[in-house]
Amino acid sequence: MSAPLDVSGDELRAAPEVVSPGADAKVIQGRSLGRIAWTRLKRDKIAMGGGFVIIFLVLVAIFAPVLVGWFGHPPNEFHQEMIDTLTMQPKGGTGISADFLFGVEPVNGRDLFSRVLYGARISLLVAFFATLLSVVIGTIMGVTAGYFGGWVDALISRLMDIFLAFPLLVFALALVGVLAQFETQLAVKGDTLRILLLIFVIGFFNWSYIARIIRGQTLSLREREFVDAARSLGARGPYILFREILPNLIAPILIYATLLIPANVLFEAALSFLGVGIQPPTATWGGMLSAAVRYYTVPHFMFFPGMAIFITVLAFNLFGDGLRDALDPKSSR
Amino acid sequence: MVTYIIRRLIAAVLMLVVVSIVTFSIFFVIPRLAGVTATDFANRYVGSKGATAETVAHLAEKLGFNDPLTVQYGRWVKGIVAGSEFDTGVSIEHCPAPCLGYSFITKTPVWPELLDRLPVTVSLALGASVIWLVAGVATGVLSALRRGSFFDRAAMGVALAGVSLPIFFTGMISLVYFSYKFGITVPGGTFVSFTESPVQWAYSLILPWITLAFLYAASYARLTRAGMLETMGEDYIRTARAKGLPESRVITKHGLRAALTPIVTIFGMDVGLLLGGAILTETTFSLPGVGRYAVQAISANDLPKIMGVVMLTACFVVVANLIVDLLYAVVDPRVRLG
Repeated sequence: MSAPLDVSGDELRAAPEVVSPGADAKVIQGRSLGRIAWTRLKRDKIAMGGGFVIIFLVLVAIFAPVLVGWFGHPPNEFHQEMIDTLTMQPKGGTGISADFLFGVEPVNGRDLFSRVLYGARISLLVAFFATLLSVVIGTIMGVTAGYFGGWVDALISRLMDIFLAFPLLVFALALVGVLAQFETQLAVKGDTLRILLLIFVIGFFNWSYIARIIRGQTLSLREREFVDAARSLGARGPYILFREILPNLIAPILIYATLLIPANVLFEAALSFLGVGIQPPTATWGGMLSAAVRYYTVPHFMFFPGMAIFITVLAFNLFGDGLRDALDPKSSR
Repeated sequence: MVTYIIRRLIAAVLMLVVVSIVTFSIFFVIPRLAGVTATDFANRYVGSKGATAETVAHLAEKLGFNDPLTVQYGRWVKGIVAGSEFDTGVSIEHCPAPCLGYSFITKTPVWPELLDRLPVTVSLALGASVIWLVAGVATGVLSALRRGSFFDRAAMGVALAGVSLPIFFTGMISLVYFSYKFGITVPGGTFVSFTESPVQWAYSLILPWITLAFLYAASYARLTRAGMLETMGEDYIRTARAKGLPESRVITKHGLRAALTPIVTIFGMDVGLLLGGAILTETTFSLPGVGRYAVQAISANDLPKIMGVVMLTACFVVVANLIVDLLYAVVDPRVRLG
């Protein structure tokens, strides 16, 4: 998949800068890896486009209540006056107007614009935290397997194989379904329970992919000269792990986290579409699509949430691809 | 070779054991850790609403929800191998082997129902997999060979869009236009079995096939292209050309063969997964397959059915992995020696 970064130890030390490019560029002589990557990324117009769309989406999600206050109506407010009482469809086909930017839902006339905006909150929230969970578990498992080797490696590697071969969607479906069944016996309820469940399930079943990559990178890093040098200077396990190896793993972690987010957006949408995600009336993109199934005659109902998923996933994929090309020059798309 | 096969077989059996433990944990251990009691289980499974507390407690005891988890697991595995019986207090329900579960709601064993639905899922998965394998690999190879050309950029653009689109969205849009608006294909929910009429069978599945295949073809095209770009730069390709082999032979015999190996692994896994229920596709097109069975079971709160589907899917994935591993040994001599 991704080859180890082929740069000398000095430059590698600066890898954490990837997070905040140019933060202390003046201190470091020459161009750090983060600098080079940033320059390369800036030249990649498509990836930068994806990045801007991501920032835009995050802002929209954060300020959804404000935006809805300006341009829309509360997501769960019924607007029966927008509905043709005979066909139960929006008046004029879609109900799109200056007042309802994306039109209204059939039957109860809820504002699609504000529902799509509120859907972004759930979608991004679940995708981000699930990715974070996968990355944390994956990194710990991968580094442990790669650094310690031996039976630890064998055990974790087998575990990774098993998780990689798991039918994820079915398991996730079952787990969310089962736990939600016993909702009355659990401590948290409603949307909070569902969001926590989704984050846990999506995050927990996806760690093996990242772990495998991190393990491979750790294996090769462990044998590098700068690790030998640190060890001969008397550095011990924890120091080598956290100061020598981990900083060099930030690039692959960042790349695969960015590429995991869109997969998780799709995963959350799929679970909500199947009815085990966040429950109505809370607006989710997957939930809206699943409601839209029954209304073939009003395609705008499925179009807006569908496009929202598409644009979000595409933006992350484009940015992730660009990031990989920028941080990992050896990989070919 | 024989030792390799035996090793892989043992690994597959171990994998099945692990998967069964995880499945069992999802349905019985995790809820219990979350504070669910034996009587809750009895209530949930037999659904005796309005029964007195004593009746439910008695039922929980009879169905063994009070037993240690290891005993419950053992009984469940025994049921899969030898069949089992459930005493609900009112009657004794039989569940012949392989007892993947017994639904107290519909009063039916799960396995025969799954068998009824398998033809739909198998038809869907196999048809789509042929289309996506051919289309995806062909597009990937052509893109790699004409890197940077208009075709390459257009194909990769479409492929990127393809991997970013959820199937339930593309499926719904294609249903709206091809079926509802233009009337070219059948409406969702139509399935004609192959034995009844092969032509009608293919016609009823053509839209789900193409929609499902598009999604996978997109990612296979990306993977094939990346693999081909890598192998075509190898030294042995130059050697093959220097020997004077015609370019078509260099591409197929030397380039594609190496590039295809990782594709085969993923293909095996994808088909195995889909055989266990193309959940999203079946739901979108209302096809009465295994995946839709699972979704319906979830909305009906019918846990044993979900558990049955999970186990069936896991078995398909394990078997698919085994087949891929064995195929590897045939194709690549390093595998069976290593």
